[in-house]
Amino acid sequence: MDFGLILINALGELISPTTAAYALAAIGLSVHFGYTGLLNFGQAGYMLVGAYGFAMPSLAGWPLWSAFLIAIGMSLLLSVILGLPTLRLRADYLAIVTISSAEILRFVVSSTSLTDTTGGQQGLNGFSASFAALNPIPEGTYGIGLLSYNAYDTWVRVFGWGLVALAGLTVYLLMRSPWGRTLKGIREDEDAARSLGKNTFVFKMQALVFGGVLGSLAGVLFILPRSLQPGNYATTLTFFVWAILLLGGAATIWGPIVGSMVFWVALSLTQGILFGAIEAGYADFMSIQQAAQIRFILVGLVVMLLVIFRPQGFFGNKKELSFGV
Amino acid sequence: MASKSAGKEAVEIIGEAGPGCKKQDPIIVADHVKKAFGGLVAVDVEHIEIPRNRITALIGPNGAGKSTLFNLLTGFDQPDSGEWYFDGTPLAGRSPHTLPALGLVRTFQLTKVLGLLTVMENMKLAARNQIGEKILPSLFSWLWRKQDAELEIKAGEILARFKLFEKKEDFAASLSGGQRKLLEMARALMVEPRLVMLDEPMAGVNPALTESLLHHIADLKVQGMTVLFVEHDMAMVRNIADWVIVMAEGKLVAEGEPETVLKNPAVIDAYLGSHQDVDLGVATGRVTLPKSTPASER
Repeated sequence: MDFGLILINALGELISPTTAAYALAAIGLSVHFGYTGLLNFGQAGYMLVGAYGFAMPSLAGWPLWSAFLIAIGMSLLLSVILGLPTLRLRADYLAIVTISSAEILRFVVSSTSLTDTTGGQQGLNGFSASFAALNPIPEGTYGIGLLSYNAYDTWVRVFGWGLVALAGLTVYLLMRSPWGRTLKGIREDEDAARSLGKNTFVFKMQALVFGGVLGSLAGVLFILPRSLQPGNYATTLTFFVWAILLLGGAATIWGPIVGSMVFWVALSLTQGILFGAIEAGYADFMSIQQAAQIRFILVGLVVMLLVIFRPQGFFGNKKELSFGV
Repeated sequence: MASKSAGKEAVEIIGEAGPGCKKQDPIIVADHVKKAFGGLVAVDVEHIEIPRNRITALIGPNGAGKSTLFNLLTGFDQPDSGEWYFDGTPLAGRSPHTLPALGLVRTFQLTKVLGLLTVMENMKLAARNQIGEKILPSLFSWLWRKQDAELEIKAGEILARFKLFEKKEDFAASLSGGQRKLLEMARALMVEPRLVMLDEPMAGVNPALTESLLHHIADLKVQGMTVLFVEHDMAMVRNIADWVIVMAEGKLVAEGEPETVLKNPAVIDAYLGSHQDVDLGVATGRVTLPKSTPASER
């Protein structure tokens, strides 16, 4: 077992664009659930509309900025469609429509009859040319030793983490303002906020839209280093984002970011160790495929332990927020 | 003692005092407000007027429809029929969040302080027309800092009056039941209301705070506000109410000055009808039981 390589791989996860994408999606979910109390179980749906909203116009040769605008616009539309009928109702209704709409979207984009437009089951690729063309970083390799990347990979990482930092800063500014104060009030008791003259529907819609926009940008970020596969947008994606959010702490700025790092580093470490153990013949009772599954069983276990022993996550203030919505 | 300083004032009525009687310049007028839950008629009020700049108590046994009437008037529940006006503005069909802008604010029977916000945040949240409450300006603190600082001063003054100033940085969840009632009332004042509707302000308040709470309610009138409150505590009703409206089974059954109304046999009956364990009034000697009460009703 090469522990050095396992560690390097894990360190690579720390700054990978995928980690950044999950962090961004978790920041969006933090705005929904952490600060506003909206139960969004369809963050995968927001990531999906972001990814397709970006990839399809890009492949059609539209300029980069319009692809970003369409990705954001699609999430806006999704928020309005989901929010209008449910935000006046109890929190559970939003949970039901978000989880089912994310699944509906996934089935629609992967349907065979849409192969010409969405790529069907095959998905899409070759959409990041205009993004790569914008790369200001000159050709070459950057980094140290095994953790070095070519110019495009470096560009994706810089852009991705820049986006995460911007999102984190925006959430920080919003949540220390009177707007954020009212959101927290709504999270705790909507009737109290309404009795004090707050149009809670508007606040909740704004929060849904904002968190959804972050989700769609996370969807764009997620596909920049890879191809777009509809299979990636299953409910497991949503629950990984939830696991990350709860790991880090729901209503915190650093929670989603550090949560995503810990989540992916831990997955990488367990994979490295399990695979290494199998190769070295220490664990003959399972195959490589089984080992890959075991990692996710461990994720479930960790989330359960977290809920029981540290419901506020790494960064959360236990007094301010535990799991109770 | 506290109420004496505020002083009781007579309510000018037109005609005879009785259920649904007309008043000089009322602040709330409601007609034919009816609400049924399934087959049960919770509220069926033909006509009710709330006198301006007075303290009016709404009393009645449990299930009389007092809280439901509160919820209907403030838009938290929709009636089957009826219309009602606040200072001439029709309120039927309006969302509850539009009422504070008109000058009407309410509290709840089960206190709704926001426990995960600090006392000061609770206060500031209630203020109207905040620049920083709009999502785009909220990003730029220089746009709302000044207003927020002014609100903090104003909130501090109100908190000091309610003896909660030392607690301003504590989470509201750490307050006692009575302090929460005080905070809810203080918070309502941040709205700068003309009518304050209090749903059982004394429920769950320990006796040490009762006096202070009474004083604060009486003080609202001195500051030019109108108060309408639901209460079970007859001592409190006698102490500070200028006017008493009695409900039973969804209807108004009596109305008048507290001294007269609380002696009304119909009122005592209404209470005893659903309170056969005589926990209210009689047991504590606040209400005298008429000798003619049949034994079967006890």
